Amino acid sequence: MWDSGMIDTLLTGILETLYMVVVSTAASYVIGIPVGVILYITDENGICRNKPLNKILGAVVNLLRSVPFIVLLVAIIPFTRAIAGTTIGSTATIVPLVVAAAPFVARMVESSLKEVDGGVIEAAASMGSSPFQIVCKVLLPEAKPSLIVGSAIAITTILGYSAMAGFTGGGGLGSIAINYGYYRYEDDVMLVTVLILVVIVQIFQEVGMRVAFKTDKRIRR
Amino acid sequence: MIELKNVSKTFQTARGAVEAVQNVSLKIERGDIYGIIGLSGAGKSTLVRCMNFLERPSSGEVYFAGVDLATLRAKELRQTRKAISMIFQSFNLLSQRTALKNVCYPLEISKVPKEQALQKAQRLLELVGLSDRAGAYPSQLSGGQQQRVAIARALATDPKVLLCDEATSALDPNTTRSILKLLRDINEKLGVTIVVITHEMQVVEQICNKVAVMEAGSVVESGPVQEVFLHPQSDMAKNLILPKTRPMEVVDGGQIFRLVFDGQSAYAPVLSNLILECRVPVNILRADTKKIREKAFGQMVLQLPKDPAAAARVRAYLAEHEIQYSEEDAYVGQRDDRYPSDRDS
Repeated sequence: MWDSGMIDTLLTGILETLYMVVVSTAASYVIGIPVGVILYITDENGICRNKPLNKILGAVVNLLRSVPFIVLLVAIIPFTRAIAGTTIGSTATIVPLVVAAAPFVARMVESSLKEVDGGVIEAAASMGSSPFQIVCKVLLPEAKPSLIVGSAIAITTILGYSAMAGFTGGGGLGSIAINYGYYRYEDDVMLVTVLILVVIVQIFQEVGMRVAFKTDKRIRR
Repeated sequence: MIELKNVSKTFQTARGAVEAVQNVSLKIERGDIYGIIGLSGAGKSTLVRCMNFLERPSSGEVYFAGVDLATLRAKELRQTRKAISMIFQSFNLLSQRTALKNVCYPLEISKVPKEQALQKAQRLLELVGLSDRAGAYPSQLSGGQQQRVAIARALATDPKVLLCDEATSALDPNTTRSILKLLRDINEKLGVTIVVITHEMQVVEQICNKVAVMEAGSVVESGPVQEVFLHPQSDMAKNLILPKTRPMEVVDGGQIFRLVFDGQSAYAPVLSNLILECRVPVNILRADTKKIREKAFGQMVLQLPKDPAAAARVRAYLAEHEIQYSEEDAYVGQRDDRYPSDRDS
């Protein structure tokens, strides 16, 4: 069974998985960064206090985060079809991945921003910075190393979600593991896909940590 | 330059309202180095944050250059803040930017062209004596160097006022002196009005021309530094000027006199003449000299025997020789443990 067909299937699976994961992570950050920033700045001690907005946004984020991914995947099928035109294949899987990951990313961004020294924000405010300038020139740059570590965690979580999408024909390594390993009891294929997933996670995690360390100017070298 | 009228600030906390600042009125003139001294928790930091509206006063008015800050809209307030810079105890530099880029920050937000901003930042780093460390990140700089960068950054917008919130409290004595000297230079060369928040009397003595003493949210005494030093009225001011030394056996004696000498009066002959002329043995509880704005001041705390006649002779002698003195019920700090002093260890 380890013919060139199987190897091609695996290679395609790897590429599909990387495609899903990278695109959904990017899209999750496009949504998650603004939401995380709004959660942070509208907080009680934030620079743009807004209790109603903070509570509503926080509730939506918590709601989406509390739905297990496998349930969400099935529950938003009509939404997925409306956006992607189909519900199977790796492109369609990006939709539920983003819906599930964006709130998660928003919370990660919020917690990274909370690590920024309040004194630095106060100093920026004392120099006459507008809230927008504080966000773009102080908060996000100061939180950068932590945001990068967060993105490594987010990308591995999204990788895990993408494998689950294999149950609904999501494509990628998850589909291969489920179709061959689960439905056809081909344990060796299962094992190989799991190994590949492990290696991908390791690479993402290691690269993320290294980049974060390199960019962090607080560390004396 | 800055005028506070009946400013109060109350914080609502879980344990009820905390009145951090109560009914404070102050006037800071152009060119002043105005010290605000008090122990931690006295409300100094809150008060200084009311001066640039980082904290909005609960009541009262704050005027900057004649303008009531409360009447400004958000954008106008931000513009005004560029004329009221601030430095902090913990420096608060942007940790992911180099020293040079930190100094550029206020220029960036004012939309100054990049080339021009870099040149100005370089000049400012030169002014604070750090041009060779322009490319260093804050983590690579010592505390004193970080505060110099913060001062350069604070000067980037050509402010009229520089607020210093415990700017030297995290620094060692030598570094403190050099930072204070730098602030003094900035005041003299650039004409920047400076407000100094501190809990250390040395800071006030070294650079301030006026001082306000704060206790429990209120200003208990204010005026020119020499005036407050020579004639402290409040217990708090007396305690700051005569900090408690090591526990001393309480001498069961008579009246306590605090003699103050300015630079002119000869120090030792005054005392020996007093003893000879008044025929009174005195007990020296404390004696020291201080420099206030480069001028030497001496003070001596004497205790006389329990003899009203001797005290009368001493009073007459001091009056005759025009020596400034005050009579103390108790040598502040000797028996009163209410005010712990930071010099006391």
